[in-house]
Amino acid sequence: MSKDIIQEFTSKEYEHGWTSNLEADAAPKGLNEDIIRFISAKKNEPEWMLEWRLKAYRLWITMKEPTWANVTYPPIDYQDSIYYSAPKQNAIPKNLEDIDPELLKTFAKLGISLTEQKRLTGVAVDAVIDSVSVATTFKETLGELGIIFCSFSEAVQKHPELIKKYMGSVVPVNDNYFATLNSAVFTDGSFCYIPKGVRCPMELSTYFRINAANTGQFERTLIVADEGSYVSYLEGCTAPMRDENQMHAAIVEIYAMKDAQVKYSTVQNWYPGSKEGKGGIYNFVTKRGLCFGDNSKISWTQVETGSAITWKYPSCILKGDNSSGEFYSVAVTNNYQQADTGSKMIHIGKNTKSRIVSKGISAGRSQNSYRGQVHIMKRADNARNFSQCDSLLMGDQCGAHTFPYIDVENKSAKIEHEATTSKIGEDQIFYCLQRGIDEESAVALIVNGYAKEVLNQLPMEFAVEAQKLLALTLEGSVG
Amino acid sequence: MLSIKNLHAAIGEKQILQGINLEVKPGEVHAIMGPNGSGKSTLASVLAGREEFEVTEGSVDFQGKDLLEMAPEDRAREGIFLAFQYPVEIPGVSTINFMKTAVNQIRKYRGLDSLDAVSFLSLMKEKMKLVEIDQSLLNRSLNEGFSGGEKKRNEIFQMAMLEPTLGILDETDSGLDIDALRIVANGVNKLRSKNKSIIVVTHYQRLLEYIVPDFVHVLYKGRIVKSGTKDLALELEAKGYDWIKDEVEAV
Repeated sequence: MSKDIIQEFTSKEYEHGWTSNLEADAAPKGLNEDIIRFISAKKNEPEWMLEWRLKAYRLWITMKEPTWANVTYPPIDYQDSIYYSAPKQNAIPKNLEDIDPELLKTFAKLGISLTEQKRLTGVAVDAVIDSVSVATTFKETLGELGIIFCSFSEAVQKHPELIKKYMGSVVPVNDNYFATLNSAVFTDGSFCYIPKGVRCPMELSTYFRINAANTGQFERTLIVADEGSYVSYLEGCTAPMRDENQMHAAIVEIYAMKDAQVKYSTVQNWYPGSKEGKGGIYNFVTKRGLCFGDNSKISWTQVETGSAITWKYPSCILKGDNSSGEFYSVAVTNNYQQADTGSKMIHIGKNTKSRIVSKGISAGRSQNSYRGQVHIMKRADNARNFSQCDSLLMGDQCGAHTFPYIDVENKSAKIEHEATTSKIGEDQIFYCLQRGIDEESAVALIVNGYAKEVLNQLPMEFAVEAQKLLALTLEGSVG
Repeated sequence: MLSIKNLHAAIGEKQILQGINLEVKPGEVHAIMGPNGSGKSTLASVLAGREEFEVTEGSVDFQGKDLLEMAPEDRAREGIFLAFQYPVEIPGVSTINFMKTAVNQIRKYRGLDSLDAVSFLSLMKEKMKLVEIDQSLLNRSLNEGFSGGEKKRNEIFQMAMLEPTLGILDETDSGLDIDALRIVANGVNKLRSKNKSIIVVTHYQRLLEYIVPDFVHVLYKGRIVKSGTKDLALELEAKGYDWIKDEVEAV
């Protein structure tokens, strides 16, 4: 039985593999100062922004690509990629009716409606295709509360003081190779500011789609939560099936002031490559939150099912006293996918708390690694951390690895680490079959049960989507 | 309803069932007894369609259909239920969620619409009462951290929910104290009806005091070597299995 199911599983197709016939306005291939000037000019950026980019670029060319992650891939030719591509529109749309109908169709296919009146769920969406943000919904409703939710490019124009102050404050320009690259060439992304004491009444969401061929996507998201505010943010991503590998190097920065709470959820479904391991997205992402103020809280939840390679460690710097950080992750790898993902929790303030719950699922010939760091600094009295890292294996050709790092400089710290490895058993499957449940539903049940603690953290409507995605990714994958 | 003819089954090179013949009619309760290693649980597993056993000879007809040709899930959907000797744990999946999936897949197979939440809940409440099971248990992860008694009671609850035409109880009494045994047996008795049949696989006569069988069969070395009424079970209880072994060896 097992062999057949593995085969069935590996024959599963990627659902979002279509391309849209959008005319694009693109930069020539390659990367140099002129390209950066080109991007900056295209976006009509102020001088300080261009200077910031050039500084990052000049630093980047002196840096080396990191090799410590448990992933292997052929050397990336950074000159072989396009760093700017925008769907052509006659002019920047003034309102949603002016958007290219082909673009609207693209998002409708993804199940995302950009027409506000049609939305029932009350989720505000910023849609980013290739290098630019094409639409942001519910702007006015949010504006009444003083919430700023717009594309990054728009924020550079309209809110330069906020961008200057917070961009790079959590992920500095020189943070790491991919973050520095992003700082030089980032093209768009979302910006969000929640004013003092405001509880954002709806989920904010950014939807990323790579459409053009040979194009890298470099977006940045910046969320600033002022004192006592609250926001829940969701990010989704897909890409067409292409034979070549495409690069995605993003940055997400979250800045939480005193008593602020930010919840950031990701459903990552970039094209994972073919079942033979051809193509797919290289996903090198730096996500970090700074709990700057006392009693602040940042929570990351991620469901990672896509990408050929995932290199991603959403982290929290717990600077404020009594601040807390959470990381909940389900990472699924299948076929030849490789994931090296986990979290960093840096405890600086007193009575800081962190929690890491990581659930890896490996199938096919994939490699799935958890890499996490818990660092308790000297003055972080009474810091607490709880980490749980579980791995679920399907079949006998995949791998699961765990690399936990713990550094403690304060004796009052309490740290707990639990880890388990299990296999989906023939016994569990047979038990389901005997109750009249077919194999695919059985796998879906078992996997969703395994990941439940993480899925429960997602906002309701996305939890349902994530469950379906897990089931789809692992269709027929028992061994 | 169920007609087993000359059934042979093996695991790897090892022959376990060596020519089982058994007829079960609607409404009947059959007990299968026998010493350890005689093939009792193998028979239950083969009927349910467990793949590690290979049927090497013989046939099984279930309500006019060739049971051995059917996938395990289709056997379940056709009305065969196996109460497991060792119920399996599925972390993060509640019994309620599990049953909702099972009930609706079986209904789909039979061309019926899915039950809506309200109808499912009322069906569940009715069956909970029948087998005296508490809802808090059904909200928990399936069988995870359940006591032996809770696991077996949960099996009978599932049997009640799925309303099978043939229920096979594989050593349902093992690991139960006398109170738990009575509750489980009462549940099973309430599920008895004139068109539903039950096969009880057990080592001891104890369970048969509560679930009174119409027929008792003794399995030895993969064959039914003796059949009788419930009195046979009492005789086995009193004398053990040795005299049967002697009888068989003497032939």
